[in-house]
Amino acid sequence: MREIVILSGKGGTGKTTTAAGFAVLAGCCAVADADVDAPDLHLLLHPEEVERGEFFSGYTAVRSEELCSWCGLCRNACRFDAIDEELRISLLNCEGCGACALVCPNGAIKMQEVLAGEWFVGRTFVGPMVYAKLRPGKGSSGKLVSLVRGKARSVCREAGLELLITDGPPGIGCPVIAAVGGASLAVIVTEPTASGLHDLERVIGVCRHFRVPAAVVINKADLNSPVAGRIRSFCESISAPVLGEIPYDQDVTESIRRGRPLVVHSRGPAAQAVDGIWEAVKRLLKQT
Amino acid sequence: MKISIASGKGGTGKTTVAVGLALAAKSAVLIDCDVESPNCHIFLREGFPQISEVFVPVPWVDEAKCTFCGVCARVCMFNALAVAGRKIILFERLCHGCGACISACPAGAVKEAKRKVGVVEVDSDGELVLVTGRLSIGEALAVPVIKAAKSLAPPNGLTFIDCPPGTSCTMVEAVKGSDLCILVTEPTPFGLHDLRMAADTLGELEMPAVVVVNRSDGRNESLKEFCSARGLRIAAEFPIDRRAAEAYSRGKHPSLEFEDWKHAFEALLNTVVRTTDGKPS
Repeated sequence: MREIVILSGKGGTGKTTTAAGFAVLAGCCAVADADVDAPDLHLLLHPEEVERGEFFSGYTAVRSEELCSWCGLCRNACRFDAIDEELRISLLNCEGCGACALVCPNGAIKMQEVLAGEWFVGRTFVGPMVYAKLRPGKGSSGKLVSLVRGKARSVCREAGLELLITDGPPGIGCPVIAAVGGASLAVIVTEPTASGLHDLERVIGVCRHFRVPAAVVINKADLNSPVAGRIRSFCESISAPVLGEIPYDQDVTESIRRGRPLVVHSRGPAAQAVDGIWEAVKRLLKQT
Repeated sequence: MKISIASGKGGTGKTTVAVGLALAAKSAVLIDCDVESPNCHIFLREGFPQISEVFVPVPWVDEAKCTFCGVCARVCMFNALAVAGRKIILFERLCHGCGACISACPAGAVKEAKRKVGVVEVDSDGELVLVTGRLSIGEALAVPVIKAAKSLAPPNGLTFIDCPPGTSCTMVEAVKGSDLCILVTEPTPFGLHDLRMAADTLGELEMPAVVVVNRSDGRNESLKEFCSARGLRIAAEFPIDRRAAEAYSRGKHPSLEFEDWKHAFEALLNTVVRTTDGKPS
């Protein structure tokens, strides 16, 4: 089984549009939406829910008024400003470390599991899809990303499929690290802007750090040819293949508005570019 | 007064709005809390910043005192410690720096050390101060770097906070403590879907919010209905504008190149400052 994870560094470069395009062109594959903070892939692939489950992100401390002696040792022990002068524990700030429970002389603090979101397995016209939704304001997106990927790999194997396409999160931190570890290939979608190049360097750094081969797609490439050129030069200097360039095309926004993957909705220049890029991905996968 | 700029969906224009407001205000502090992918400096930096390192605590085990009892590993809620025979293994990137292992060790063998997870960069041209949090590549925990950057916010005056995309712990950490949050969105189904999640998160925080619509092409009906239903005021609508996109791609803020953009940000500044002050505008 091979897994392609779509990343970007910078947000809004076109990961979800590209992931949906690859899934359709692959013909038959499993799909995962690992951007659990802001999942959008379901708006293009419309999964029919088959299974769902609860996601517990960790723990929070709960103090019992009856057992509490108001000594305040818990407040002193907390490094996350989660316990105030009235010894109320903030669900928002509590990291779930249990340091307060350990120091409490009366056993007045218990650690309770936090229900932080839901995961789903659904059926789409390309194959099975695993996605998730975090409840508002809850942390541990990295953990949920790992859960989504793990489930997607099982579902992929059970269905006898050989390819998993994972729509990744923006950034370079914990959710991205959880999304990319162990992937066969990271496809990084960037844009020809100073911000795009800056963030591309950082996310490629993460891929290298975690030993995941990375290749690059330049989206909205005609927005700024000189910067697109700088991106190509940068990629060449670090031996990262550029899979292709996608021109700016109004069909992209139109296809999103209609809730359809670009390559289904359009035969315009952007859709054709994605076709070519998918062929390049297949060639690259044969080599790695 | 602290005003945060968030979104839900990435790439809607948070940095464009945050930098635009800071430039319009002239005298302000802008804190770039998108520590994984900080971009404000691209539009504002002229020289070299002052750099300070951000550390998080990690346990250090004095193996001379350690009895290898394994209590430290058992109390760790993040599986950052393992005891194998007479070896202690620390998975430092899983460590949240809570100190539970230090207080739990019956032999007093666990001490506190520190390790670097990022930096805070400060650029100042007198009137406008830019504070940039930057997470080190390969590090997972962005929140300590966000906290370090925000700790430089002055008690008085105008502070703008450029937040990370998403709706979970990094966005919450960046937004916490603001007087108002500006949610920047785009008139597409992705933009609306993620705006809803971001608005729900701000609701959990009881954070007052307004919306700015970027790259508007006039097809905003669902967005307007959503904002109206949630009592979210649309503080500004910026049109889709290739000139602005092109300037942005060169690392130049549109308000410094085009008069209409300059005026648009001055108007937005006026609106949000008055909203935060509680005055009608």
